[in-house]
Amino acid sequence: MSPLEFILAGTLAAATPLLLAALGELVVERSGVLNLGVEGMMALGAAVAFIVSYHTGGHALAFVAGALAGMGAALIFAVPVLMFRANQVAAGLALGILAGGLSALFGRPYESLTVRAIPKIEIPLLSDLPILGGMLTQDGVVWASLAMAALMAWAFRSTRLGWRIRAVGENPAAAHAIGTPVLAIRAACIAFGGALAGLGGAYAATVYTPLWADGMIAGRGWIAVALVVFGTWQTGRVAMGAILFGALSIGELVVQATGIAIPSQALAALPYLATIVVLALISSNRARMRLNSVASLGEPFGR
Amino acid sequence: MAGGDAHPLLRLEGVSKSYGPVHANRSVDLAVMPRSIHAILGENGAGKSTLMKMIYGVETPDRGRIHWDGAPVAPASPAEARALGIGMVFQHFSLFDTLTVLENVALVVPGKPRALAARIRDLGRDYGLEVNPDARVHALSVGERQRVEILRCLMLDPKLLILDEPTAVLPPQMVARLFDTLRALRDRGVSILFISHKLDEIRALCDTATILRDGVVTGRADPRVTDTRTLATMMIGREMPSPLPAGTAKPGEVRLALSALDWTGPDPFAPPLEGIELAVRAGEIVGIAGISGNGQADLAALVSGEQVLPQARSGAVALDGAAIGHLGAEARRKRGLAFVPEERLGRGAIPEMALWQNAVLTAHDRGLVRRGMIDRDAATRFTETCIADFDVRTPGPHAEAGALSGGNLQKFVMGREIMLAPRVLLVQQPTWGVDVAAAAAIRRRLVEMRNAGCAILVISEEIEELFEICDRLHVLRAGRLSPSLATPSTSAEEIGEWMIGAAEDRHAHAV
Repeated sequence: MSPLEFILAGTLAAATPLLLAALGELVVERSGVLNLGVEGMMALGAAVAFIVSYHTGGHALAFVAGALAGMGAALIFAVPVLMFRANQVAAGLALGILAGGLSALFGRPYESLTVRAIPKIEIPLLSDLPILGGMLTQDGVVWASLAMAALMAWAFRSTRLGWRIRAVGENPAAAHAIGTPVLAIRAACIAFGGALAGLGGAYAATVYTPLWADGMIAGRGWIAVALVVFGTWQTGRVAMGAILFGALSIGELVVQATGIAIPSQALAALPYLATIVVLALISSNRARMRLNSVASLGEPFGR
Repeated sequence: MAGGDAHPLLRLEGVSKSYGPVHANRSVDLAVMPRSIHAILGENGAGKSTLMKMIYGVETPDRGRIHWDGAPVAPASPAEARALGIGMVFQHFSLFDTLTVLENVALVVPGKPRALAARIRDLGRDYGLEVNPDARVHALSVGERQRVEILRCLMLDPKLLILDEPTAVLPPQMVARLFDTLRALRDRGVSILFISHKLDEIRALCDTATILRDGVVTGRADPRVTDTRTLATMMIGREMPSPLPAGTAKPGEVRLALSALDWTGPDPFAPPLEGIELAVRAGEIVGIAGISGNGQADLAALVSGEQVLPQARSGAVALDGAAIGHLGAEARRKRGLAFVPEERLGRGAIPEMALWQNAVLTAHDRGLVRRGMIDRDAATRFTETCIADFDVRTPGPHAEAGALSGGNLQKFVMGREIMLAPRVLLVQQPTWGVDVAAAAAIRRRLVEMRNAGCAILVISEEIEELFEICDRLHVLRAGRLSPSLATPSTSAEEIGEWMIGAAEDRHAHAV
C-alpha cells in the first residue's frame, strides 16, 4: 500500500468521530445555544459504549447506549441553561468536566481491554479499484455519518424544521412572537447534539481504536466546537474540516512510519494546529462570517 | 358599511396589566366593530403596545376579560390568537434576516413551499404588496419588509389585523400606499387596529379612535370629524406645547466638514458610504433624513470618532478646518465635538452607573476631575443642574441611569452634552421614544443652541421633526448623500423621493 492509498483509506474513519460530534454541535449552535461540553459528552459516550460492547459483543446496542449517554449528559446542561437562564459557557464547561470525570470512573476497570471492531463493507468492483479502492471500503457508520451531513445540509436549506431552528437561533424574541416554541426547539437541539457527540465517542472507542484508554477522546470534542465556528455554521464546511482533520491525523502516522526525526509529540499536535489554521483562514472573511453567524448564540431566552 | 349587526368583533372589559410597580394598562375597555379601521392613539409609553400584546397572546392580562365574536377568550400564545383569526404586524418586524421571504412566511403559514410562493405573488398583486418570495429579508427595504409581515398575516385569513406604529419607518409615498392596502382590506371584511401617535394619519385613515394616556382610556372619538387639537389634548392631557423660539439660521464659518468620505463598515447588511460631502456651519442645524440601515450607523460613528480613519485619509473628516479623521472619540471631544447616540442605554449612558457618574464620563474636563481624582461635589452639582434645567424626572443624581424611563434618560443625555457647550453637536434620533412635551423641550433646546452659534448635525428617521428644526436637509440612501435641500423650499414628498431613490434616478437621467 502506498502512503497515498493509506491516507485515502484511513481518512474517513479518522474523521468520523469528529464529524458526528461537530454535526451535533452545529445543530445546537444553530438554535442559539453554545454547549462547550462536547469533549465530556464524547468521552462519556465512548466509555458507556465500550462497556456495553465489551459485555454484549453487540455494536448496535453499544451505539444506542453511547448516544443515550451523550443525550443524558446534554440534558443535564439543558436544565440550568434553558429553565434557569444560566450562563451557557459556565454550564457547558461544568458539564464537560462532569461527563469527562464520569467516563474515567466508569472506564477504570476496563483500562487497556479491547473489543471487536465492526467489519468494513466491501463494495463489489468499487472496492477493487486502484488507489480509491481503500477509500471506498468503509464500515456502515462512516457512510451513515456522511449521509447525516448531507441530510442536515438539506434540512437547514429546505425543510420547515430547519428554518424554525435557524429562526430560533437568529432572533428568539421574534420567533416567540410568531408562536415558535423557542425553548422546546432548543431543548430538542441540545438533546440531539448530545446524542451525536455520544455516537462520535462510541465510534472512537469501539470501532476506530477498539481499546479503552482514559482520555482517548484527546481533544476531538474541542476541535469539533472549533470546527463549527470556523466552518461559519455551514454544514458542508464543517464536514470538510472534519475530513481535513482525519486526513492530517492519518498523514501524521505515515510521516512517523518513515522515521523522520521530528518529535512524535510535535507530529501528534500537527493535525489540530493545521485544521485550526486552515479554518481560521477560511473564516477570516468578516462579511461572510457575519452573514452566516448565529445572531443570538450564547444568549439566554425566557420571560 | 352594511350596518345592522352591531356586535363588536373584539371587546375588552376592564383589562389591566402591571409590570412590577408600573401600571401599563388600567381597566381598559375597547370595542372593535367588524369592517372598521380602529385607531389606538397615544404617546410613547401610554400602554398601546402592551394592550395589543395581550390581544395577540404575547402577554396575559392580570385582570379583565377579552371577548371575541361575543365569546370569552384568553389567548395564551400568538398561535392561539392566530387560530382565532387575529394577525399582528409588529413595529420591530418579527422577520428573520438570513431567511428568504418564503421561508419567513412558511414559519407561520402551513402549506407546500411552491403553493405558498404562488399565494405570496397573488395576494401581493391583489393588495399592492408585491415582493419577491425568494429574496432574502436582509436585502429588502423597510417598506418591503413591512409588506412581508402584512402578507404573512393575510395568508392566515385574519378577521382582525393589528398594526403597531406601521408608518414610523416608512417614507411618505409608502404611507399612502399602505393606507390604500388597509382600506382594501377593510372593504373585504378585515377589521384593523391601527396603533399610532400621528394625528394626521389617524384622521386620514381611521373611522374610530380610542385614546390612551398613562395606561388609561381618556377618550373615544370619530377622528374624521374631531379636530387635531381635541385629539391632541386627549392624548397628552394638556394643550400642545408652545411652538419653537423664533430666530433663523445665521450660518457662519464651516465647523464640521466631510469630504470625499468613503467607508465600508463591518455590517454586511449595511451599504458602504460613497463620496460623502457634507458641511455644517456655525449657527445652523443640518438634518440627515433617511431610513436606518442606509449607512446612518457608519456615518455617525465616523463623525463621533467611534470609528477612526487611517492617518492617510484623516482629512475626510475635518473640525474647524483641521483633519480629525484619525482621532478617537476622546480627542474629538477635546476639540469641541459632542455626541448623543441613538442607543441611550449602553452607548449614551451606562445603565448600572448613577447619573452623576454618567455625567463624569463626558464632562470630566469641565472641572469634575482634579489632579486625577473625581470631585464628587462638583460632579453632583453638574448633574443637579442638568436635572433641573432639562426637567429630568428622577429622585436625584444618585439614581441609576438604567432606572430612568427612556424619555427622561434621553433628556439627561441631551442635557449633559448641551452643557458641554460644544462647537459641533451630533445627535442621532433626538426624540426617539420621548413624549410630546419632552420632545418639544428637546427641540427647543436644539434651536436655542443653534441661535447661540453651535453647529448641529441631526440624524433622524422622523421627517416631521427634521422639517421642524433643520435649516438644511440631506437624505442618506444606500450609502450616498443627496444634495443639500433648504428646508423652506423643499417638501416631504421631495425628501420621500430621495428616500426611495426616485429623485436620484431622475437626477441621473437629467444630467
